[in-house]
Amino acid sequence: MSVRRRRPPALVLVAATAALLLFALPLIGLVQRADWAHLLDDLRTPGATEAMRLSLTTSLAATALAVVLGLPLAWVLARTDIPGRAALRALVLLPMVLPPVVGGVALLSAFSRRSPIGSWLFDTFGIQLTFSPAGVVLAEAFVAMPFFVITVEAALRSLDPRYEQVAAGLGATPPQVFRRVTLPLIAPAVVAGAILSWARALGEFGATITFAGNIAGRTRTLPLSIYLQLESDPSGAIALSLVLLLVSFAVLIGLRDRWLGGGRP
Amino acid sequence: MTLDAQVQVDLDGFALDVALTAERGRVLAVIGPNGAGKTTTLRCLQGIRPLDGGRIVLDDDVLDHPAAGTFVVPERRRIAMVHQDLLLFPHLTARDNVAFGLRARGRSRRDARQQADDLLARRGLAAQAGARATTLSGGQAQRVALLRALVTEPRLLLLDEPLAALDPSVRGETRRELRRTLDEFTGSAVVVTHDPIDALTLADDVVVIEHGTVAQAGSLGEVTSRPRSRHVADLLGTNLVRGTARGTELRSGPAVLHLAEPLEGEVFATIAPSAITVHVSEPEGSARNRWPMTVTDIEPAGERVRLRLDGDLPLVAEITAPSLAALGLQVGSPAWASVKATEINGYSR
Repeated sequence: MSVRRRRPPALVLVAATAALLLFALPLIGLVQRADWAHLLDDLRTPGATEAMRLSLTTSLAATALAVVLGLPLAWVLARTDIPGRAALRALVLLPMVLPPVVGGVALLSAFSRRSPIGSWLFDTFGIQLTFSPAGVVLAEAFVAMPFFVITVEAALRSLDPRYEQVAAGLGATPPQVFRRVTLPLIAPAVVAGAILSWARALGEFGATITFAGNIAGRTRTLPLSIYLQLESDPSGAIALSLVLLLVSFAVLIGLRDRWLGGGRP
Repeated sequence: MTLDAQVQVDLDGFALDVALTAERGRVLAVIGPNGAGKTTTLRCLQGIRPLDGGRIVLDDDVLDHPAAGTFVVPERRRIAMVHQDLLLFPHLTARDNVAFGLRARGRSRRDARQQADDLLARRGLAAQAGARATTLSGGQAQRVALLRALVTEPRLLLLDEPLAALDPSVRGETRRELRRTLDEFTGSAVVVTHDPIDALTLADDVVVIEHGTVAQAGSLGEVTSRPRSRHVADLLGTNLVRGTARGTELRSGPAVLHLAEPLEGEVFATIAPSAITVHVSEPEGSARNRWPMTVTDIEPAGERVRLRLDGDLPLVAEITAPSLAALGLQVGSPAWASVKATEINGYSR
């Protein structure tokens, strides 16, 4: 039986339309200003391909880092009773609300060659994070990992613990239980969290430019390249923007079951 | 004695203190209302909830003994659990669910799957071996869950409301199958249930829990024939007749009972004490289930009176105090008992 929906009041309708336009108009503007005839040429310039390649490798590396380190962290947050867990979770979530440029300054203070950790890394291993691709990865992981951690932690919390208890009753040790029961059951959340943090890493600008600088071929990722080209080569900037817009759409489609499926009446 | 447990836990609002013993090869039913502490008891046996007091000993191994600082982790206890909602691993096939425990114990994937396939085939589930656990029917899932638990040869098998989630149409068949499975099982089993029929069909011994303590414990026959409290009497106080059925005739020792519905083979039947009519002389009429008896005991039970009747078929009857007075019966008096065929509930064993 279907219930007749209430007609929205006019004022609500106007405000909602204005909100939608706020989202839609810039996107329409971007697509409309694109120079479609020369789009491929714009993307084939050495600067553009370099930025795309660098963005792809650093964002994938940052995602890998977020998964490898974020999975144990999510598990600790969801399953253990360590003291100060609330404060710990707040710390993990902080990069989501922190202005990225502040994150960049913070990374700089911790890992620059003048800082204790940075100088130790350089003196001992010869590793310099600032102004290097590794620094880009670190900056991207800093802002992107929280997305992975909260997604996986939520999945761990909603998982029926009795599955793991049954597995233990069948003789499985905690590592076996995690690998053969827990991980497969939260796999959709792990994938979603990884996609989400990858998208965030790909778009990272503020922390990257502050911490890793803006060196062509080493730290100039797509967003940095777009910002720089806007003055000198607007059509190239728009072409690269369209690439990122396309990726964002792909991510939305990839996560549609998770985000867009829930609102159906 | 295989399982010997004194489970003591401080819960919100009340203290749980329950003694459980289950010998090897026997099935213990833990019965009681919701919130009595049944589930917590199972969690303690599994090792998910550590004891606050008492101890759990299985096959001479102390599994949990807070006073001595002993606690064995769940994966080392060899205690398998089958939940009411079965909890088959949804990401695995029926085969890999059954193979899970074997793999956990270090068997190769090939070996484990081979044995799982053999076991599934023996239960008529060869066609479902490769099916995702989530696609199985209720009865199939139940069999897979039992196999998954039994394949690890647990020392103790725990069953939490094993039949409650099943559709009534398959419950009877599944109950009989479960009974056969438990008969073959060589370890001890503990069945938690709130359904007296489950206890009557599956268990050898029974523990009735009420508000965290044991209201009565003993063999099934003892508890059903001599319930010590009104609560236990309401729950389990019934006449339990074991015998062999052929059609509508049930033979139990020298007595023959006439059933309303035909049954075959080893069966047992329950007759509610209040369904039995007591007469001073042989009743006339169509009731074919009538036996000469001697009154051996008369005990008041509230408004009513419980008569213990001895004869070819020992029975407990419950009648009102005025009718006892009208019948003029005393201990030692001869009497006749009769019951309608429709009041005898038969179950295949």
